[in-house]
Amino acid sequence: MSAVDVRPTVAKEKEPYLADYAARTRNGSTDPAWLRGLRARAISSFRQLSFPSIRDEDWKYTSVAPILRVPFRAASGVEAGEQEEAVDAARRATPAGANRLVFVNGHYAPDLSSVPSGPATVAALSALPDAGGRVAEPHVGRYANYDRATFTALNSALLGDVAVVHVPKGQTVDDPIYLTFVSNSQEGLTGSHTRVLVVADESARATVVETYLGVGEQQYFTNAVTELALGDGASVEHIKLIRESERAFHVGTTQVHQGRDSNLASVSITIGAALARNDLNVVLDGEGAACTLYGLYLTGGSQHVDNHTIIEHTKPHGTSRQVYKGILDGASRAVFNGKVIVHKDAQRTDAQQTNRNLLLSGDATVDTKPQLEIFADDVKCTHGAAIGQLDEEALFYLRSRAMSEQTARNLLTYGFASEVVARISAEPLREQLNEQLRSRLLQGW
Amino acid sequence: MALLEIKNLHASVDGKEILKGIDLAVDAGEVHAVMGPNGSGKSTLALALAGHPSYVVTEGEVLYEGRNLLEMAPEERAREGVFLAFQYPIEIPGVSNAYFLKAGLNEIRAHRGLEELDAMEFLELLREKLKVVEMDQSLVNRPVNEGFSGGEKKRNEILQMAILEPRLAILDETDSGLDIDALRIVANGVESLRGPERAMVLVTHYQRLLNYITPDFVHVLFNGRIVRSGGKELALELEERGYDWIKEAVA
Repeated sequence: MSAVDVRPTVAKEKEPYLADYAARTRNGSTDPAWLRGLRARAISSFRQLSFPSIRDEDWKYTSVAPILRVPFRAASGVEAGEQEEAVDAARRATPAGANRLVFVNGHYAPDLSSVPSGPATVAALSALPDAGGRVAEPHVGRYANYDRATFTALNSALLGDVAVVHVPKGQTVDDPIYLTFVSNSQEGLTGSHTRVLVVADESARATVVETYLGVGEQQYFTNAVTELALGDGASVEHIKLIRESERAFHVGTTQVHQGRDSNLASVSITIGAALARNDLNVVLDGEGAACTLYGLYLTGGSQHVDNHTIIEHTKPHGTSRQVYKGILDGASRAVFNGKVIVHKDAQRTDAQQTNRNLLLSGDATVDTKPQLEIFADDVKCTHGAAIGQLDEEALFYLRSRAMSEQTARNLLTYGFASEVVARISAEPLREQLNEQLRSRLLQGW
Repeated sequence: MALLEIKNLHASVDGKEILKGIDLAVDAGEVHAVMGPNGSGKSTLALALAGHPSYVVTEGEVLYEGRNLLEMAPEERAREGVFLAFQYPIEIPGVSNAYFLKAGLNEIRAHRGLEELDAMEFLELLREKLKVVEMDQSLVNRPVNEGFSGGEKKRNEILQMAILEPRLAILDETDSGLDIDALRIVANGVESLRGPERAMVLVTHYQRLLNYITPDFVHVLFNGRIVRSGGKELALELEERGYDWIKEAVA
């Protein structure tokens, strides 16, 4: 009797990624043992999992089929210095003199990076002296789930490098740390699996700005995973800016774990990419932990932007505030799905969530779904969603100050967006973004 | 010809007639006080003149500099020099007060064929005008009216008036909700903007603003009509006797 072949057939869409993994392991990897182990576990999970489809509740409105149709491959490590456009783009993305780590097509570009001196570690994993054994090993792969989330499994198996930020106990990094990921699509159909780890130990403070952008006219794919671990009393401002070029695909997950009395201020802004899917999951896993999540998406043309957030309150006295705003033009589509889960022990939770959308065009659509799941009995939770027009009284006020109706509409729209940008503490970045909003929303000024 | 001529003005809100035939002429250089009890139509008059879309003129005409004001969009009225200080100034989240002030001013300057002010020129002008209302510079960097106290909002209205330099200023209950210090500051600001080329219409319920600003004429509005007109002494009489005698007189 002949043996039955029980190997599962590999879906065609997985082939390029499995080929990347094979190439990576064949080439005698310089990875430390712990990372090789993580990759092996993740790839085996990836083999088992399927890519999400619109039959999955969490992906109901966002089809990843356009991403899977293209055989994106990890880029080889071309010297970043030889890629002029990518270099310029990376420079423009960060204020002069700022602390920054720059990655081009997933590869660390030390020439473009500038690392702060001081007690904090800001480095690419590949450049860490002990191969990340002390700072990275205990955390990478610990928070972001690669057992169930296909794209996270893929990222964990294929990650090019890891941008590591570690702020030791009681230390503060005053200036923002910029982590800039440039995709250069002139190199072919590239898929970059970018990875960030931010660890703020007890009472540490830092601001981290992740920026994703692209140069070139071709399609490319960014598959981003960020893990943020906040120790007791730590305070982190985390900003994620998706400024990908217009044919880009971006799928990203930010997974946050917060200790007692820690504080996260998150701002997530999407102004680029043909298709972007952002998952932001926060676990408030200590008493008195607090998070504020602000989001803004500006869409036009045939763009599709999907924000999924989950805030889990697992301990008492947690506070969460969430405001996501969208401005949709053209035939674009946006999705907001925000879930707040209050566990049985999380008494005295105080949670507020809102999603507001402005539709500038009759062809734009938004699907919004705020959700509350409450298993504790002594909590204060509110949520709401609005798809609205501009305030008529405010319009009249501006017109009575000599502005045309169109100008008044533009200015109110700008104000609506600018409220999110105002949450960013770093002034040069805030001004840069406001300038961008003005040039986009206040045409004719 | 008067700067502003209102003839038999009727206006409705939500289909309900509020103004039932107003006649009023205001000349350049004059200050008119329009007084009246709550619900008499004072704010409706102010908002109808500024062109609020919810206040529908059903009859009558309004001439401003001899032209039909009612045909103009709100922004055209503003560009031609009509200014309304709002009773309830609107908050504009996310838009800085300075940006808002500069935007309005530059629209008006463009309309008058003047060059736009650049950031430096505007800042200089702003500093000078802030003194008129004794306002702190920090308020101009905050979003428009957001988190402002009642007094700060009213001062901000007068600041706008000082910057936009209207020919006709209509002040809708600018004195309401102010403590005595804020009232003095606002009134002094208004008084300092009086001039031979400028007309002002002060809409108010109380006489107290008129302790600081002496009007040339006082009109009493009741039930959508002007039922008495006189000099500044009419305001004092109203203060003394209240509005009831007017109600009885016209009943």
